[in-house]
Amino acid sequence: MEAIIDFLQEPWTYEFMCRALISAVVVSAVAAVVGTFVILKGMAFVGDALPHASFGGVAIAFALGANLYLGGAVAALVTALLIGLIGRRGTVRYDTAIGILFVGAFATGILVVSTQDSYTADLFAFVFGNVLSVSWNDVWLTIALGALIVLLVAIFYKELLFTAYDPTMAAASGLPVDALQFGLLASLAITTVIALQTVGIVLVVALLVTPAATAQLLTRSLWSMMLLGAAVGALASVIGLYVAWHADVSASASIVLTATALFALAFVFSPQKGALRQSGLMRR
Amino acid sequence: MSTRLAPPKWALDVRDVATGYGSHAALEGVTFNIEPGCLAGLVGPNGSGKSTLLKSVLGILKPWRGDVLIFGEHWRPGRGAVGYTPQSEAVDWSFPVTVFDVALMGRYGRLGLIRRPSRQDREIAFAALERVRMADLAKRLIGELSGGQQRRVLIARALAQQADLLLLDEPFAGLDATAQHDLIELFKQLSREGKTLFVATHDLSCVAEDFDHAVLLNRHVIAFGRPADVFTEENLNAAFARHLMVLRAGDHTFISS
Repeated sequence: MEAIIDFLQEPWTYEFMCRALISAVVVSAVAAVVGTFVILKGMAFVGDALPHASFGGVAIAFALGANLYLGGAVAALVTALLIGLIGRRGTVRYDTAIGILFVGAFATGILVVSTQDSYTADLFAFVFGNVLSVSWNDVWLTIALGALIVLLVAIFYKELLFTAYDPTMAAASGLPVDALQFGLLASLAITTVIALQTVGIVLVVALLVTPAATAQLLTRSLWSMMLLGAAVGALASVIGLYVAWHADVSASASIVLTATALFALAFVFSPQKGALRQSGLMRR
Repeated sequence: MSTRLAPPKWALDVRDVATGYGSHAALEGVTFNIEPGCLAGLVGPNGSGKSTLLKSVLGILKPWRGDVLIFGEHWRPGRGAVGYTPQSEAVDWSFPVTVFDVALMGRYGRLGLIRRPSRQDREIAFAALERVRMADLAKRLIGELSGGQQRRVLIARALAQQADLLLLDEPFAGLDATAQHDLIELFKQLSREGKTLFVATHDLSCVAEDFDHAVLLNRHVIAFGRPADVFTEENLNAAFARHLMVLRAGDHTFISS
């Protein structure tokens, strides 16, 4: 019994693990709320593109000695804005526009990094994530921005629901559909930037998509999908950090793989939409 | 002295409208009108601009030229006078919303930003579902509905807008004969209650049989008026650019390719 308590308590006796826990739980919960829209609107590609694009800004900020998060946020927001503008014109396909823009921004990042003489370990923390090294300042920034995004989603819930479900009718009803869609893209951009330090550019899309997709298999409404998605994300963070601590493996990979495992469980065992239920092996 | 105005003569008055996408004109010189309380059909071949016309009436697509008057007034999005049901394929049926959620969306335009639906809004949405006999299924997810039930939910949403003019884009597409018959009965009841319905459809015979009014479109209006007057072989051949047979047997009209 004592061994179990030790097993559960030990990681949190270290302050850096507590910081990592708070940061990872907040980031994955916020990412699931925003990720709900990412899934329902088929925007997973944007969710992958924006963190990559932010690397351009991170690298430029690094070269200039500016705040790396600020650089990443500016690059992600500019890319989100350009994606929205090009998508509206309709002359280039939406996913083509995303493909062109994000690699352009990412390549800018690589170019800038290649001009730097100093060792760029800090930058690689952004690529692969390093949740164990977040500072209290990072934690407070993450909480503040995460709370802002969740608050905005709560305030504009009705509008976001209508616009996501039926943009044509929403526009005909007089809702500012373009502004709402830009707002959603901007929230997505900010979410990806606060998720960078937790899981890194390469894995941000997993936090956006996997918990929300798990929730979608288990719920019947948008708000319950957001709540359950946030819970799944938070649970994956907690379990993932335990795995990382006790097995001495990468925290970001553990968090993402835990989320993947939770999705797999829901995919097989969901009472309504699960593979077992649909194959008829499980009776109602 | 009373300054009450006479009720407007037309529910929908479209005057010389041209519009399109990019530089491509989809509609040119479109002129027609529909009386209040009418069950009107909008017919024409694929690509004739039916959906485009509905969207320019809705104000989603700005006319390049011409005027659209609804009950005598220019209409802007959000005023609530026009209800709309999109083509079924344009709706995401896998979205996690219930039948009631969709009906309640009919109230969102009037609510404006941020304000939550009131109890009265909920009652209006529920009454709209009762009106289309979908109240029993209010808690169902929209993905769990049959084709006919899906159309009814979209119509309930338009009714919840409390609009007097309803635009319906291909409501019969993919329905079996029974579901289509039920829907036409609902349309007739609504028009008897004073609603004006403007229904884009491929089903010429149904418009000829059951509708009060028809608008025959192929990028411009070829004819409009009583279906019997509109559906002459000459007009139909002009619209469809091929030979259609019009059979009249007593009061019944059948149109076949």
